[in-house]
Amino acid sequence: MTTATATIPHGVHHHGPEKGLMRWIKTTNHKDIGSLYMWFAFAMLLIGGALAMGIRAELLQPGMQLMEPQFFNQLTTMHGLIMVFGAIMPAFVGLGNWLIPMMIGAPDMALPRMNNWSFWILPFAGGILLSTFFMEGGAPAFGWTFYAPLSTTFAPDSTDFFIFAVHLLGFSSIMGAINIIATVLNMRAPEMKLMDMPLFVWTWLITSFLLIGAMPVLAGVVTMMLTDRNFGTAFFDATGGGDPVMFQHIFWFFGHPEVYIMILPAFGITSHIIPTFARKPLFGYSSMVYATASIAFLSYIVWAHHMFLTGMPVAGGLYFMYATMLIAVPTGVKVFNWVATMWRGSMTFEAPMLWTLSFVFLFTIGGFSGLMLGIAPADIQYHDTYFVVAHFHYVLVTGALWAIIAATLYWLPKWTGKMYNESLAKIHFWWAVISVNILFFPQHFLGLAGMPRRIPDYSLQFADFNLISSIGGFAFGASFFLLTYIVVDCIRNGKPVSARPWKGAKGLEWTLDAKAPYHSFNTPPSRALIEAESQHSA
Amino acid sequence: MKRLTTLTSALVALVSTNVFAEYGLNMTEGVTSVSRNIYDLHMMVFWVCVVIAVVVFGTMFYSIFAHRQSKGHQAANFHESTKVELLWTTIPILILVSMAIPASKALIDLEDTSKADMTIKITAHQWKWQYDYPKENISFISNLAQSSKDSIKGDKKPEHYLLEVDNRLVLPVDTSIRFLVTSNDVIHNWWVPDFGVKQDANPGFINDAWAKIDKIGTYRGQCAELCGKDHGFMPIVVDVVSKEDYAKWVAKQQSAQAAVAASANKIWSKSELMAKGESVYNTNCAACHQKNGLGLPPVFPPVKDSKIVNGPASEHIKIVLHGKAAMPAFKILNDVDLAAVITYERVAFENTGSIVQPADVKSAR
Ligand code: HEC
Ligand code: HEM
Ligand SMILES: [Cu+2]
Ligand SMILES: [Cu+2]
Repeated sequence: MTTATATIPHGVHHHGPEKGLMRWIKTTNHKDIGSLYMWFAFAMLLIGGALAMGIRAELLQPGMQLMEPQFFNQLTTMHGLIMVFGAIMPAFVGLGNWLIPMMIGAPDMALPRMNNWSFWILPFAGGILLSTFFMEGGAPAFGWTFYAPLSTTFAPDSTDFFIFAVHLLGFSSIMGAINIIATVLNMRAPEMKLMDMPLFVWTWLITSFLLIGAMPVLAGVVTMMLTDRNFGTAFFDATGGGDPVMFQHIFWFFGHPEVYIMILPAFGITSHIIPTFARKPLFGYSSMVYATASIAFLSYIVWAHHMFLTGMPVAGGLYFMYATMLIAVPTGVKVFNWVATMWRGSMTFEAPMLWTLSFVFLFTIGGFSGLMLGIAPADIQYHDTYFVVAHFHYVLVTGALWAIIAATLYWLPKWTGKMYNESLAKIHFWWAVISVNILFFPQHFLGLAGMPRRIPDYSLQFADFNLISSIGGFAFGASFFLLTYIVVDCIRNGKPVSARPWKGAKGLEWTLDAKAPYHSFNTPPSRALIEAESQHSA
Repeated sequence: MKRLTTLTSALVALVSTNVFAEYGLNMTEGVTSVSRNIYDLHMMVFWVCVVIAVVVFGTMFYSIFAHRQSKGHQAANFHESTKVELLWTTIPILILVSMAIPASKALIDLEDTSKADMTIKITAHQWKWQYDYPKENISFISNLAQSSKDSIKGDKKPEHYLLEVDNRLVLPVDTSIRFLVTSNDVIHNWWVPDFGVKQDANPGFINDAWAKIDKIGTYRGQCAELCGKDHGFMPIVVDVVSKEDYAKWVAKQQSAQAAVAASANKIWSKSELMAKGESVYNTNCAACHQKNGLGLPPVFPPVKDSKIVNGPASEHIKIVLHGKAAMPAFKILNDVDLAAVITYERVAFENTGSIVQPADVKSAR
């Protein structure tokens, strides 16, 4: 449709990608970079998943069968770090790269060279992180939250490499965020007002501000660790006048926004897929935007709900409890709006919709356990137990990861011009959704019954639920082979699709060719087109 | 094969639902007013969530069932209603406020430690607990029981596998007890679910918590903050006894500690020191330096063939008393135990060091 050959003189611009490997190394194209991000995230998901299989294998039954406790701690730590920084965050950046220019009528990202750089830092950061497994003293073993002084005075030498890797990951994220803000604010089709933007763009714009606010704090805290470890400072060492609890304040001032960084884009994706398959406009477009913004704001002022047991004064406990409960309000609004979008629609249940509906259901369960955790006195019994492990896996796996899979299936036809195998995708969905609940639901019971998290071995009363959970884990892990097959099969052998393969879909991306052209919009879309494709038009 | 049988038997057990009665599904109500408050709050929030879930998911599933294209349902076109938005912003706020009120009361109540009758100081070490009764002048260390340590790798597990210790904390019933919690190295967390007490132990700072236990019995808990390698292996066992039994226990404990102090003044034979030293070593040192003395290099050095262990006794006493980097200080052990364990290290593992007397340790303190 919108190829630019007519408007730009020949010889000035390349229109296609370079050939061979150099295409990927030198690329400044948002689609190429989006694909790189997605494949990188997928590789990390498989590595992090393999580590999780190791964890679940050791926890299959009481006693230490497969490894030493220290190695177990390395596995949980690296699993958490890789999933958060290597899988979920890059996958969302990849989706943002692919989709944002297409959704706002732009040809590409605003800062294409920086875009290249922010991706290519990642493999190095990930490589450094993984290489710590082979260093003397082993990989970091202090949990993905790396509380001092376990991560300073008492940590293995490889910790300095971990710090360097975190710095690199932070650079990458900040550059990615700057790029998205610049793109959304400057490259948007001139006729598109902010309140015309689709929700995926809105949620990513807001997420970018969270990233810019939070990642420097993470960089700060690891730098303080670095100087405590190597240059004789005592930020977190009480014998030198420091305070280990201060570490937790700084960490969670990054950490809580971070968990919303991993879920806001998922909210955006959900707000695209439900209207498409309910064949009804999104309910409450503007309240969705405001709810996202309020969640982002609140996410900065609730950090110490992770620290109720550190010896916080009562007033602090009360404040952080109230602020945390408040987040339930805008989050609830989102869920209600999605249900209202389904209400009296004309629903069909293709794979992306199945993933999205189960997202709404399972993420909300994670939200309920989150509300329970926010009740400060009750958190005394929940804190650092498997109840927490269940909670964050419901919001991260059946939340963030679910939305990523839904988005991949939903937009795969636009990326490849081809359709995936729907019946295989349905089989895969049911396999994953059943096994993931066998994996994580029993962990609620384990936590309530008193099993602490991050332990490599447990007493006998926890044996049964751990066994069930491990079996679910192996089944869930195996489901990813099928997902790999479905995606590769679509790219190789998928049936060609039309420009708008989902009948109810709206959005500028669906006005492009069946397989989106290398440069998205070389002439900006008209006002009429923008209005016709906007999420709030009837 | 063995794994397969456990697997199938567990699946069978799963089907026979009465098994669930034995294994906890829910939070314990516990034996203190705090733990009961927490339990009530937990159940209240849980039921509120259930009600909301029934309404929201009910609507969603009804819609999925009724408003589907395959049943010929035509899509409506409404997509906005300020009234509805206001409604589902206000109702949740009201629900939250009604939960916040009892939650605030409980929080204020459990933080109030002013009315304590006695105080226990709890000091966490990698990976054991030290209990001090400041008024009674009692102090001891509580480690994972040897029976559990010995069965980590085996198939036969003792009854309270990983939840048994060598020295239990003993507390009187119906007494307001104030716990002062701190740590000697990294952050730990002292958690006994039945008391509703879970408090971070921060190095260099002291936190407090309290409990008034109203039922005699044995209560078990675990460290609840990742504290390194053996975080999963530092349980807590508390014997709550009648006030009379508690007084007897205190008297017995005090005379035992006096006997130990007295024995520090006598000269010990090598075989006495070695016998005692072996058990002190296995309880306190083997986690890092290993039972065979070979350590876990590069982090935990071997004591076999070590320069310090085979060198002058004063250096050896110094590193054990005062620690060094990741090697903890063992000032907390008494002179006899220290002399014994140092002698054991110097003589066992084919080492060739001299023996050390309690008096040597005393003068080095
Ligand atoms: C938490 C782990 C840990 C425990 C428990 C522990 N040690 Fe150590 N130990 C270390 C570390 C680490 C070093 C090395 C310190 C250094 O030189 O930086 C060390 C060094 C030593 C050395 C000097 C060895 C050498 O050649 O440098 C001696 C002697 C020693 N420990 C004795 C003991 C005794 C006796 C106990 C028990 C009462 C004990 N340790 C318990 C970790 C531990
Ligand atoms: C997108 C996928 C996933 C994400 C984002 C994720 C995230 C996390 C995080 C942040 C932690 C905390 C790490 C820590 O305690 O230091 C964690 C721990 C853990 N995860 Fe995952 N996880 C994912 C998938 C899985 C899967 C598939 C399994 C099991 C098959 C699994 C099993 C575990 C286990 C057993 C722990 C350790 C809990 C503990 O002892 O602390 N995770 N995960
Ligand atoms: Cu949080
Ligand atoms: Cu611990």
